[in-house]
Amino acid sequence: MTLDLKVDGQSEERAEAFAQGLLGTALDRPDGVLKVTGAAVYAADDVPEGCAYGMLVRAPGFGAIEVGNADEVRAMPGVLAVIRDKRMVRNAAQGTANAAPVQGVDSADYVGQPVALVVAESFEAARHAAQALQLRTDGGPLPVNPGDVETEGEPDTTGDLDAAMAEAPHRLDVTYTTPSMTSAPMEPHAAVAWWEGDALTVRSALQMLKYNRNELADSLGIDPAKVRLLAPYVGGGFGSKLGIAAEAVAAAIAAQDLGRPVRVVQHRRQVFETVTRRSETRQRLRLAADRTGKLSGIGQEAWVSNLPGEVFQEPVTQATAFAYGAVHRVIGERLERLHRPAAGSVRAPGEAVGVTILECAMDELANDIGIDPVELRLRNIPDTDPEGGIPFSSHMLAEALKTGARRFGWSDRAPKPRARREGEWWIGTGMSAAFRVNVMMEAEARIALSPEGAVVETDMTDIGTGTYAILTQIAGEALGLPAEKVEVRLGDTTYPPGSGSGGSWGAATTGNAVWLAAQEIRAELARRMECGEGELTLKDGTATCGNRRVALADLLDGATLEGHGHIEAGDAFSKVRQSTFGAHFAEVAVNDVTGEVRVRRMSGTFAAGRILNEKTARSQCHGGLTWGIGMALTEGMVHDRRDGHIVNRDLAEYHMAVNADVPPLDVHFLEERDPWAGPLMSKGIGELGICGAAAAVLNAIHHACGVRVRDLPATPDRVLAGLEE
Amino acid sequence: MNLSFTVNRRARTLDIDPRVSLLDALRDHLHLTGSKKGCDHGQCGACTVLVNGRRINSCLSLAVMHEGDEIVTVEGLSDGAPSPLQAAFVKHDGFQCGFCTPGQLCSATGMLDEIAEGWPSHASADLDGPYELTQAELSERMSGNLCRCSCYPGINAAIRETAGTGDAT
Repeated sequence: MTLDLKVDGQSEERAEAFAQGLLGTALDRPDGVLKVTGAAVYAADDVPEGCAYGMLVRAPGFGAIEVGNADEVRAMPGVLAVIRDKRMVRNAAQGTANAAPVQGVDSADYVGQPVALVVAESFEAARHAAQALQLRTDGGPLPVNPGDVETEGEPDTTGDLDAAMAEAPHRLDVTYTTPSMTSAPMEPHAAVAWWEGDALTVRSALQMLKYNRNELADSLGIDPAKVRLLAPYVGGGFGSKLGIAAEAVAAAIAAQDLGRPVRVVQHRRQVFETVTRRSETRQRLRLAADRTGKLSGIGQEAWVSNLPGEVFQEPVTQATAFAYGAVHRVIGERLERLHRPAAGSVRAPGEAVGVTILECAMDELANDIGIDPVELRLRNIPDTDPEGGIPFSSHMLAEALKTGARRFGWSDRAPKPRARREGEWWIGTGMSAAFRVNVMMEAEARIALSPEGAVVETDMTDIGTGTYAILTQIAGEALGLPAEKVEVRLGDTTYPPGSGSGGSWGAATTGNAVWLAAQEIRAELARRMECGEGELTLKDGTATCGNRRVALADLLDGATLEGHGHIEAGDAFSKVRQSTFGAHFAEVAVNDVTGEVRVRRMSGTFAAGRILNEKTARSQCHGGLTWGIGMALTEGMVHDRRDGHIVNRDLAEYHMAVNADVPPLDVHFLEERDPWAGPLMSKGIGELGICGAAAAVLNAIHHACGVRVRDLPATPDRVLAGLEE
Repeated sequence: MNLSFTVNRRARTLDIDPRVSLLDALRDHLHLTGSKKGCDHGQCGACTVLVNGRRINSCLSLAVMHEGDEIVTVEGLSDGAPSPLQAAFVKHDGFQCGFCTPGQLCSATGMLDEIAEGWPSHASADLDGPYELTQAELSERMSGNLCRCSCYPGINAAIRETAGTGDAT
């Protein structure tokens, strides 16, 4: 039995009438105790008996690879093999690729490409040998810098933006740049692979197992049915673990060659190079507005890059398409094929940098016109999706802006920049709107209800997002069980295929699959109670219909009842525009002498349909705001102009926000149910918090000291250059 | 080389390659995999353990340098039930993915002792304590432990609650 649902229209609210009271609460993570005691098992933690250790070796340059001393390295103490196999992958697969990424080790397309694996009896021996392996490349210049090559693709054009700009009393035409950025999850990419006959098992750090299984099988040239992936705990992802990566394929090859388990963990510096980065962008923003700030034209053209052979193109403008109403439009990307490390999804691909720069431009326009930045947004909220003319499933931007402004105390703000000074410090405030497309994928889940409780199984992952918590709550709510009577099992491809974690779609997609599985069980329980499912109340392990109450254990009569749910997106995602919305506010201090910026407080108000777990959703938003601080002030990969290699490829030189960089964060959720988003009426929350967050900080810098930084990040040297003008 | 030391109050001996870091000795030789390797460079703090009561990055220290030392890892912070600090991390959601968490916990434990002993920090107004666990002191002293999930509000609230200085503000 399976309860299938293709989401073609609006769903009816059901959960509200359920009695357990678990959904939406701030339930502690069921996996919490395992994580705080060190008992949760991550990819590199469980080493089987007889395991060998592999270390990837990077290409030092471009072109054909020549190995100088492989025999000498093979003869080093403890070394088992130097493997250079054509099936090894150039870089991590793109999210949902479902097939092998570009493969091969004969030549390097970018500096840092993994082109060999050294395997030894110990990690120390493998590392030593990998460092001793001499690789030469025959080189030759390849394009690595933006502007070096012809571009692919053109933005979409509607109306006549040039004419609108010429006629408008207020116009803005500015160019911003954002650097390459990295996901940098705390857990480096790792895999332990072992074979039993022709069956392969790999414990790895992955976000989307059903796709990753096919990617690994395709890379190796074997049947996906012979591959089992395990990822019960994943130390962060942020897009970097969407696709199968170099270490997993190499570990599988080595384990087969040697006939024993092999563990390969990428060194942190390898993670920076072999895992997809967020593309650098150059963005030209054009805004045309009348005297009231009403937009007649909007232009956002972005230049982004990727390696040859990669289908991914940073979708910088995907939210701009529906963010604000304007008749005349030029919106889209141009792609440059550069031999920098591959680009791919990093938390909120598109909006993270696209909405940020759009919102910086909106701030510039508000400043030019002399109207309040919040008011400028309110005046340009479209009635329908400006692209397709379809309605929005819900539109919460106005409420987010108004509520956020009230929470932050925005009304106290001085209208002009450079109005407040405390000693050496300029103090200012800024804001930004937040937009993120809402996506549903396909997922299946299984629930087994026994007298002991419910067991939920899906190959979905919890990469820190709170999947264990929310699936516990969803099953518990629907089946009338307290959290401790629900066990959620994730991260194993022997379970039904979930959606995977990415694109903020995991909670709503896989959550709805669990919900459907529970509905199937509810229907059977109602049948046994001889009442309609709608009349059935389940709470604390009892079933009630009218004046009858029966313990679930008695209804089950010692047996287990199974439910299977299957959900997929249907017409509900084309009939209406689905998005999440929010508003960011920030207060900064800018040092007049050094150009240093300190964020003093931040506030985010968000609408994402039903919030499934108030605690884990809040933590996701804390993450988004903090990434916004990093994007605004410190984060950026530096590519060597000669060969494109990443110069600052470690955590000391790539500066993510640390504890002392993060001020008190206020996160508020608006009450919302989006009936178009599936039975749970919940939308993705994992990425919304970063969309535009950096703009609030950058706009606050301008309000504080009058300096408009258009090349991110706003490091002290850039701010100081503005202060000295 | 032979090595004898105490790990989580238990005497241990190892015959170990001198190149093995303290972190890898704990993880791969003693199977105490709570301590995590986030960078192997002393840059992230995920490997933080307590050595004779002081917090260190165990990836930056060779195992054989610890003859006779007393090591405490995240597994040694609790005795059966989670410690108050560990329970507070769960309550305040002081983690998401959980990978930096063992380091945060060991680091916080060491940090609270340092401040109690009057060690100054960059955030201190002077070099002659005592020091209060203000938010500035806490954040400064915990900034060697990166959390890419960015659970700093929860981490700070958990530490402050455990230290009896109230919720973070």
